[in-house]
Amino acid sequence: EELEKLKEAVEDRKKLIQGLRGKPWPMKQKLVTLRESQEFVEKYEGALGKGKGRKFYAYKVMMTKKWMKFQRDFENFKTACIPWEMKIKEIEHFGSSVASYFLFLRWMYGINMILFGLTFGLVMVPEALMGRPYGSIPRKTVPRAEEGSAMDFAVLWDFGGYAQYSVLFYGFYNNQRAIGWLKYRLPLSYFLVGVGTVAYSYMVVIRRMARNANEGGVGDDNSFNFSWKMFTSWDYLIGNPETADNKFASITTSFKEAILEEQESRKDDNIHLTRFLRVLANFLVLCCLAGSGYLIYFVVRRSQKFTLDGLENHSWWERNEVNMVMSLLGMFCPMLFDVISALENYHPRVALQWQLGRIFALFLGNLYTFIIALMDEINVKSQREEEKIVKYNITMWEGSLYNGTLSENNTAAPITVHPADVPRGPCWETMVGQEFVRLIISDTMTTYITLLIGDFLRAVLVRFLNYCWCWDLEAGFPSYSEFDVSGNVLGLIFNQGMIMGAFYAPCLPALNVLRLHVSMYLQCWAVMCCNVPQERVFKASGSNNFYMAMLLVILFLSTLPAIYTIVSIPPSFDCGPF
Amino acid sequence: MGNKQTIFTAQQLDAYQVSDHVYSILFYRYRDLAPQLVPLDYTNNPDVKLPYELIGSMPELKDNPFRQRIAEVFSEDGEGNMTLNDFLDMFSVLSEMAPRDLKAYYAFKIYDFNNDDFICKSDLEKTLNKLTRNELTEEEVRMVCEKVLDEADLDNDGRLSLDDFQHMILRAPEFLSTFHIRI
Repeated sequence: EELEKLKEAVEDRKKLIQGLRGKPWPMKQKLVTLRESQEFVEKYEGALGKGKGRKFYAYKVMMTKKWMKFQRDFENFKTACIPWEMKIKEIEHFGSSVASYFLFLRWMYGINMILFGLTFGLVMVPEALMGRPYGSIPRKTVPRAEEGSAMDFAVLWDFGGYAQYSVLFYGFYNNQRAIGWLKYRLPLSYFLVGVGTVAYSYMVVIRRMARNANEGGVGDDNSFNFSWKMFTSWDYLIGNPETADNKFASITTSFKEAILEEQESRKDDNIHLTRFLRVLANFLVLCCLAGSGYLIYFVVRRSQKFTLDGLENHSWWERNEVNMVMSLLGMFCPMLFDVISALENYHPRVALQWQLGRIFALFLGNLYTFIIALMDEINVKSQREEEKIVKYNITMWEGSLYNGTLSENNTAAPITVHPADVPRGPCWETMVGQEFVRLIISDTMTTYITLLIGDFLRAVLVRFLNYCWCWDLEAGFPSYSEFDVSGNVLGLIFNQGMIMGAFYAPCLPALNVLRLHVSMYLQCWAVMCCNVPQERVFKASGSNNFYMAMLLVILFLSTLPAIYTIVSIPPSFDCGPF
Repeated sequence: MGNKQTIFTAQQLDAYQVSDHVYSILFYRYRDLAPQLVPLDYTNNPDVKLPYELIGSMPELKDNPFRQRIAEVFSEDGEGNMTLNDFLDMFSVLSEMAPRDLKAYYAFKIYDFNNDDFICKSDLEKTLNKLTRNELTEEEVRMVCEKVLDEADLDNDGRLSLDDFQHMILRAPEFLSTFHIRI
């Protein structure tokens, strides 16, 4: 009764202390209330313990206090541990949209670290430590014919030679059921890790989307257009005068546009012309996409013909044609889309969405054509025939070896043949893995080179040539480059999609971690040194479900080919854990 | 960085409910504004107030068109001269940890230039002019303010009350990310 009332009062005070943060009182008032409540709680908590279970109650109270202190310490520790926190804080002075890209990059880095941990720890390390070493069985050795060139840098850069016959690729793994003294089931682990990486990626993205959906308000609601413009357009994070100037300018422009739209929504003239122009623009874009798809298919088939001829007979361009073509398409087509969209006359925000959608379709089309062309290579019929031929060759070869010792009927002396001399079967999985790795490397190189040339060199030229040039380089044509947030985010998303080919090349997550790490530093430096803040600031970040949705779609679409190949094409008999 | 215990008592530390790390950063930023005025030892709650000019010159605030209003809203005397408590209050409300409702409440007070607990037409005009640095014509300003009242004024009294404002701002997708200062 009285004890109960007292207990309730203590609970109320405790709740007050917890909720104090959310109350809009001035700090002084909060402090006073807090002190009073804390004294009250301390005074009466002891008294409450009288009667049954006093010791237990006091113990419970002490444990709660200790637990809270532990939580506080842990929070402090966690905040100190977050990588690159200082760097991102510096970038935030450019505004929240640029910083949002780097936050997204950091999040992707975290995911890739985990994927890397899985593949490295559960697949590569056991095979390297406990599997048969290099050179012990045929699939792990460089064939005699290639031995001469196996150490050449050019071959290694192309991931042939010693790099091909190593833990980095699928072909190295033995199909023994359990290896080493731990009886580690390698094939099972290989398969499960593959499934696990996909499942983990999906889970993380979906969880993030759910969290964003909870927090965010309605995105496309137009009912408070002007109010939101007025009260939420200034970015309080801005801490440097240049960005502030740009922000003022963009706010003014945005208001003027909104006013114009408001006035023009009263009159809608010439809607037929606009519609026709839009249809025309879409048609042109479709033509571009089809053209680029066909180009890639053509180039991939050509490169397969080159490999059949032997790589040494062709120039550097012809050897790397596929990757170069894909990267160049990725650079120039978006610019083309930009020009075409001038026909359409949309509101800038809508135009940006169309642009992003088209770039997405472009990358997707390129990736799929690439994969389909690869699939054609692994054409089942030719694979089967080749396997039959090789198997026949092997039996003939073995027969010829045994012929000499047939005279001794029972004691068939074990014939020691060096593994490098054994004729090898075709291994399409390693080939697919190699293609993916080469694609990622060339994509990375292209990005970095465009960054250096497009941003850094351009800034240097503009800054120094400005003194002796006829027109103002800084305000006019080249000027400094802006940081293209949405383009970069798309690049990251596609990069992640390509990693899903990791089933055939366990080294892909490791490569990606390295790539993201370097990207972080390089792009941070580029933003702070060579870029000017964007004139039109559109937000693009992980908190926006648009990008998460795209990431999900990419993940799904890139696991499709892997699943298809696992299900439909039989694994090579001479290669890999299956 | 110095032993935190000598600056504040354990209870004072407990009172603020921000992480200790952020807390010491804020204290040292405050002190850096005027080292000769702010003592290192706060256990006796000394009564130190920093004038608005020092607060307004902080790098996080100096480019913000609303810095004067922010300082006025969070200061005890309403003039922009801040004690340490006011300073901590300000940055904790503007940090990313503060709850939405709290931010909406303080945003309302910031945009209420004449402090009459309503955002009336003149407040709207002042806000807009600060946002665009007076680049819009009078006609355009008038039009925008009318549209805002159209959209957000639910009780139709020609001005925005706290409820109207909260109803509108809590649906804004960008409110949390723009109304945020990191220190």
